[in-house]
Amino acid sequence: MATKKHIRVKVNGRDREAEVEPRLLLVHFIREVLTLTGTHVGCDTTNCGACTVLLDGRPVKSCTVFAVQADGREIRTIEGVANNGKLHPLQEGFKEEHGLQCGFCTPGMIMSACALLEKNPHPSEQEIRWGISGNLCRCTGYQNIVKAVQYAANQMALSEK
Amino acid sequence: MIPQSFEYFSPATISEAITLLHEHGDGAKILSGGQSLIPMMKIRLARPEFIIDINRLADLQYVKEEGGFLKIGGLTREADLEASNLIRSKYPIILDTAALIADPQVRNLATVGGNLAHGDPANDHPATMLALGAEIIATGRSGERTIPVSGFFLSVFTTALEHGEILTEIRIPIPPSGSGGAYFKLERKVGDFATVGVAAQVTLDGTGVCQRAGIGLTNVGATPIKATRAEAFLTGKTMDQQQINQAARLAAEEAQPSSDLRGPAEYKVSMVRELTKRALVRACERAVS
Repeated sequence: MATKKHIRVKVNGRDREAEVEPRLLLVHFIREVLTLTGTHVGCDTTNCGACTVLLDGRPVKSCTVFAVQADGREIRTIEGVANNGKLHPLQEGFKEEHGLQCGFCTPGMIMSACALLEKNPHPSEQEIRWGISGNLCRCTGYQNIVKAVQYAANQMALSEK
Repeated sequence: MIPQSFEYFSPATISEAITLLHEHGDGAKILSGGQSLIPMMKIRLARPEFIIDINRLADLQYVKEEGGFLKIGGLTREADLEASNLIRSKYPIILDTAALIADPQVRNLATVGGNLAHGDPANDHPATMLALGAEIIATGRSGERTIPVSGFFLSVFTTALEHGEILTEIRIPIPPSGSGGAYFKLERKVGDFATVGVAAQVTLDGTGVCQRAGIGLTNVGATPIKATRAEAFLTGKTMDQQQINQAARLAAEEAQPSSDLRGPAEYKVSMVRELTKRALVRACERAVS
């Protein structure tokens, strides 16, 4: 058994620490050690994006990062998106525009879209499709997911005014 | 899928990383972006006993022009290349390449150095670096060594890097005026490896005569391929469609693809011909714009 490492991370604004085996994947740390099960394991092969979280603000596939690599860094998961019980405009958008059917890909979709809107608050349809191109949905054909992101972008633009 | 157990090190300096490589011998592996290594460890194609994570070596992340070269730090992320104003304004061939690698999440972690050092003929930067005539800087115990990229790829997953060396920089001679390049990739879907990829870089004189041509091919052999016959053919020729077509035929002859789930070898050869044409046409357009 390899030497365990002590890591400290900030997850959804809260400081967490743990002893982890170096081979522990970030997604398993999030789900099993922190018991934040909103982040899903889909393909487990760096394809589907269901496990997407923000690492220092950038979306990454948490099945393809070791937890030990997150030491000293900030993680945001789907649980950290709503604000004091109020849904994030993206969450509202997925609800209003029927942006999901089974919902398995949704947390990853929202995290990718979250990073997209932070970087580019007024994306074109093409930019939205490009922004979520690392997230697979097997139910919807993406149409309503794109609408959900557009809904959120519009809401966020309105609330800024 | 859980990788085999390993000891983890996160050195703060390059020399510390090199010392760790020497201490731990063949069982040690450098972890850069990890977007190829970690998947290989999960399916246990790779089982390193010691992981030396170089992600804290922030001084290996840069894109700059200096001393006649474009210099890219080995740990520069694909997403950083995409965002770089220097790359966006002066090196569209590198932007073409970076933007087509995997998907946004992978590009946030994946590094240019890793894309080359992994030695996978399906990776995209090798063809572009072959077309650009790049050099690889390998840093080891006795200092830096320069390896021309044309001699870097030895066979599948095998490069000229020696044990104890780290790919620290990629150096590209700044192309003279009248130069342009482009990378074309045929993929089944976003995020897939190339069925075929072609990089082309040309330098034209004021009358449209080709002074230098570089052509690199992705995923059509055991290594990335430099289409040297097509390059030699174009040198000294006026770049018109007829010469481009002939160069594309020669490049297709230099490809050595195998049939696999991305298509039969014959199809891939045809696609090398077609993509070489398109890449050369776009490279010429960019050379004169």
